Amino acid sequence: MAYVAIADRPDELHHPHSFITKYVWSQDHKVIAIQYSIIAILVGLIALGLSFVMRLQLAFPDTFSFIDPSIYYQSVTMHGMIMVIYLLTALFLGGFGNYLIPLQLGARDMVFPYMNMLSVWVYLLSVIVLLASFFVPGGPTGAGWTLYPPQAILPGTPGTDWGILMMLLSLAIFIVAFTMGGLNYVTTVLQARTRGMTLMRMPLSVWGIFTATILGLLAFPALFVSAVMMSFDKLLGTSFFIPAVLSMGDVLETEGGSPVLFQHLFWFFGHPEVYIVALPAFGIVSDLLSVHARKNIFGYRMMVWAIVAIGGLSFIVWAHHMYVSGMNPYFGFFFATTTLIIAVPTAIKVYNWVLTLWKGDIHLTVPMLFAIGFIFTFINGGLTGLFLGNVVVDLPLSDTYFVVAHFHLVMGVSPVLVVCGAIYHWYPNITGRMLNDGMGKVHFWMTFIGTYCIYFPMYYLGILGLPRRYYSNGVTDFIPDSVSAVNIAITVSALIVGLAQLLFVLNLITSLRFGKKAEQNPWRATTLEWRTPEYPPGHGNWGPELPGVYRWAYDYSVPGAEKDFICQDEPPTEGQGA
Amino acid sequence: MGILKILANKPWEASGEIDNLEGGGVVEAPPARVGLWAFLAVATSLFGLFSSAYHMRADYADWQQLSVPALLWLNTAILILASVAFQWAWMASRNGRLKAVRDGLSLGGLLTLAFLILQLVAWNQMISAGFFAQSNPANAFFYLLTGLHGLHLIGGLWVWQRTTSRFWAGLDQEDAEQVGAFRLRVELCAIYWHFLLLVWLVLFGMMLST
Amino acid sequence: MAIAIAVILLVIGSVLFHFLSPWYFTPLASNWDTIDLTVDITFWVTGVVFVLVNLFMAYAIIRYRHRKGLKADYEPENKKLEWWLTAITTVGVVAMLAPGLVVWAEFVTVPEDAGEFEAVAQQWQWSFRFPGDDGVMGQSAVRLMTIENPFGLDPEDENGLDDVLVFGNEVHLPVGKPMKALLRSKDVLHNFAVPQFRVKMDLVPGLVTYLWFEPTKAGRFDLLCEEYCGLAHHTMRGDVVIEEQADFDIWLAAQPTFADTLAIPVADATAGQALYAPCAACHGMQGEGNLALNAPKLSGQEGWYLRRQLNNYKNGRRGTDPADMFGAQMAAMAGTLPNAAAVNNVIAYIQTLPDLPAAATISGDVDRGESLYLTCAACHGRDAMGIWSVSAPRQAGMSDWYLATQLRNFRSGLRGTHPQDGYGEQMASMSMMLLDDAAINDVLAYINTLPVDDKPRQVAILEQ
Repeated sequence: MAYVAIADRPDELHHPHSFITKYVWSQDHKVIAIQYSIIAILVGLIALGLSFVMRLQLAFPDTFSFIDPSIYYQSVTMHGMIMVIYLLTALFLGGFGNYLIPLQLGARDMVFPYMNMLSVWVYLLSVIVLLASFFVPGGPTGAGWTLYPPQAILPGTPGTDWGILMMLLSLAIFIVAFTMGGLNYVTTVLQARTRGMTLMRMPLSVWGIFTATILGLLAFPALFVSAVMMSFDKLLGTSFFIPAVLSMGDVLETEGGSPVLFQHLFWFFGHPEVYIVALPAFGIVSDLLSVHARKNIFGYRMMVWAIVAIGGLSFIVWAHHMYVSGMNPYFGFFFATTTLIIAVPTAIKVYNWVLTLWKGDIHLTVPMLFAIGFIFTFINGGLTGLFLGNVVVDLPLSDTYFVVAHFHLVMGVSPVLVVCGAIYHWYPNITGRMLNDGMGKVHFWMTFIGTYCIYFPMYYLGILGLPRRYYSNGVTDFIPDSVSAVNIAITVSALIVGLAQLLFVLNLITSLRFGKKAEQNPWRATTLEWRTPEYPPGHGNWGPELPGVYRWAYDYSVPGAEKDFICQDEPPTEGQGA
Repeated sequence: MGILKILANKPWEASGEIDNLEGGGVVEAPPARVGLWAFLAVATSLFGLFSSAYHMRADYADWQQLSVPALLWLNTAILILASVAFQWAWMASRNGRLKAVRDGLSLGGLLTLAFLILQLVAWNQMISAGFFAQSNPANAFFYLLTGLHGLHLIGGLWVWQRTTSRFWAGLDQEDAEQVGAFRLRVELCAIYWHFLLLVWLVLFGMMLST
Repeated sequence: MAIAIAVILLVIGSVLFHFLSPWYFTPLASNWDTIDLTVDITFWVTGVVFVLVNLFMAYAIIRYRHRKGLKADYEPENKKLEWWLTAITTVGVVAMLAPGLVVWAEFVTVPEDAGEFEAVAQQWQWSFRFPGDDGVMGQSAVRLMTIENPFGLDPEDENGLDDVLVFGNEVHLPVGKPMKALLRSKDVLHNFAVPQFRVKMDLVPGLVTYLWFEPTKAGRFDLLCEEYCGLAHHTMRGDVVIEEQADFDIWLAAQPTFADTLAIPVADATAGQALYAPCAACHGMQGEGNLALNAPKLSGQEGWYLRRQLNNYKNGRRGTDPADMFGAQMAAMAGTLPNAAAVNNVIAYIQTLPDLPAAATISGDVDRGESLYLTCAACHGRDAMGIWSVSAPRQAGMSDWYLATQLRNFRSGLRGTHPQDGYGEQMASMSMMLLDDAAINDVLAYINTLPVDDKPRQVAILEQ
């Protein structure tokens, strides 16, 4: 195929004139990225607060008058939903995706800037609807983040009048917002790369975000389908998911519906969702490691293949969330096998991260600390996935704190560590200033050690048999008193971690004004986002001409080169390949 | 160049090359067309998942096959005609026969409107025959799927209206760029309508057979 | 450097924690030692990977930390190394997966000589059924479920008549015999889990799921619901008592069959009137209650609730604590009702008494009470008129001072601590959310604002 001219018409970009069009109704991907990130982080802080409601109750039962079972289960539900969807998905794809894709690929903007702008505002609307559910009669839904019917819409669960409908509505709106953004990210990656930026020259960050977006585009419809069908059940009294039941003394008119059908739909979305969060983290952390170890990412091709393989496999493992759901138990054989197969490409990624460090020139900067913290945390959380993915090993551990520890480490803490590392890494690119290093180190150590102290003991509570989703453990013969001591220790760790995040937010705000001025490309990275004519990148990103790309993103410490990095847009010098 | 071959590239070996194999796009197509295809993939996933939910739910004992209103056959024919009209407009736009484009577009849009109105009539027939959403899941799926399909058509009509208004507002036939953009819009409309026709045929066949 | 040391310390600490901490599996009480074995295999495989990869990473960080003049290697990939690592990983995965699938095959295949029982879950209680002499369980359906027939068994089905019904949260099973549990839910998702047996399975309304195990140790084990099933999920407890076959047979023989429950004679309100005379001394002629004598209002209360409480008093499940003076009084009085028929008759009479709302005696912050009551409403109903299927009695229009006393009793352990009083245990657990008397008063003040509706309800348990 011959080279196709890229439609590069800077004059066609939407040029903002007023404050409103520049910072509010902006069509600039960088502003949209920041808008996405700020909303996501704010709503994430709310979800962090909700986790303290749970932790305080578990550590000090019957102490706080504001925590009753309704509030507890509502906190569980909203914490989970916000963290997974409204924080992590929005932040990785809406935030990092928006910021990095055009800049790292040498594009002026997303291909559909207007739709991109709509995306962030529709996302805000979904967040507003979600938060509004705190103020409706009965409060937000307390059905657990998986929203399993029948209990999600039958009396006996908090928020079954209004809360659940607001939640379903908010999810539907979110999916619309995500689809608008997602179409942009995919099309931009496919069609708007600059000259020379072949797919295999893309930084792994973009690979991760790109694959995750495809997963999201194909998987979110499953959530949409289940949300619509559940709304029908709730509003019109249909029987998609509700069989004949005796609810609160009344035999309902429903008949024949299948709660397991909902679970299949939910997890057909829910499992890819794990990778929607994980793949961008995988990609970004690869780049952080490579830059800060001054070494090319080890096994780039294998890394790309692994991302693609994990993305593909993630669609055929969903029922491992349902081993004890009452589905046909013979499915267990298939799903245990596919699930353990997915461990292989995942393990390869881990090996390659570690091998990138090997024989590197490791600068222990704050982003690097977070990246290493990620590897450790992810190894731990990932390995325990082998327990839960193996159907029979899952039997004693399912529905216990083992699961809580596993998924928090693997898809909560690990991605958050990457998010933090990435923000320390790209903050200078966004603001032109460095984040405070000392505060960053304190933030890292409190977060890294603190989270491990929260979740590692939880594995053992789970092995002991402590069930999750319990407001209080009550009197049970097999739960020793020492468990309450563990619970207190966990809560103290959680409070410390929470404090560290406030410190991080403080750092983000104060460095805006007082941070050290950043030179362009302070980390000496090869990728294009550091090579813009204006710094920080201005509107349209590039000058009159788009950059051309001559090499892959990982030319660090190339033998014979004078510097230890060669940027992607640096033309070859004498004696180098041509 | 196949995707497998692309993925087998060793990017570090090709340093220095710039005007290389892939250029700016994976396929030679304007972003809007690629965007539409991506959206069609999303919509396929959506309707596909609804269909699998439909089939899984149909396995339960209480399922009663839908008594499909005869009107739906007429509606199907109308939607086919709408698709044909859009195809006609698209082909005409490639040959620069602008009058034919106008006729095709107008006809396609009006037929689609007729389809939507008659779908509502079909709903009404179902309701007056006592087939409420809550009486059987097959009925509930009928309202759900036709409604969702209708919403997609309404979204299409919004784009259609913008396309035709562009036309009525006067198209400078000498301006190649304008004509090109217009032609692309007509093409995308046609693709979208064909897709929704296909979806409808699959849904209709599913409701007839299960 | 510090990060490398931290990683090393965390690895050492994790391994030490694994071996030294007191928190590990409960002692196994079933045949599923193979499950424990698969867990052990997984621990070994993943543990080795955890230690090796992390220590290697720490070593790499120490060895290749930035110093002046250090230059990184340039190595885009190493095919051979990568394939080796892939191969080794695959071997490790197979080592975990293969035994897992073998054991899973055992789990899905129930032995032919397994006995059967049914565990029925509902919000937030357990009940159980055994197939009876014919070894076959009768049909059941949700639409047949009533107060009299909570299992929803089909009276027309011959197979069901001899089914043995276990009302209440405790089931007995024989030791050393494989048992297949058929799992049925009446309302929402639940989960049947006994940590010592290792296996668990969800109960799904509309489906019958199953699991099997062979108890190997006699004893009493907690049965937990481990699938979130609504507000009182954490209070949904049962007991599985494993005992010798002979003891089990005696226990089973003492449980009623479905036919027995169908044969309860119609209660006689006229006979009940005579029995009520001593009750009237304290509770009043109209059952209206008397604060001075600490006797609560009875009229309008649900029959099934009165019967359960009278039986609790009679059987020493309530009113046994010496500190519960009024409870002890009532226990003595309940003892004078000679038999089940007398209990039924007196309740039948109470249900004929006019239901006039009791006067409010408690005031408090109604708004706060309303938000607290959201939790209570899950069982007692938004109108506080009680819901039979969750065994929650009516509160609206009843003696508020009595409710206050009982809430305090639940909190302080005077009520709801007897192991056979499962519902009391639930209420005791839930009452903990009311931290002080002010909270109790607020809730009751709110209940006092609720209108007493007089729509016909399923009150009667005995009028058939």
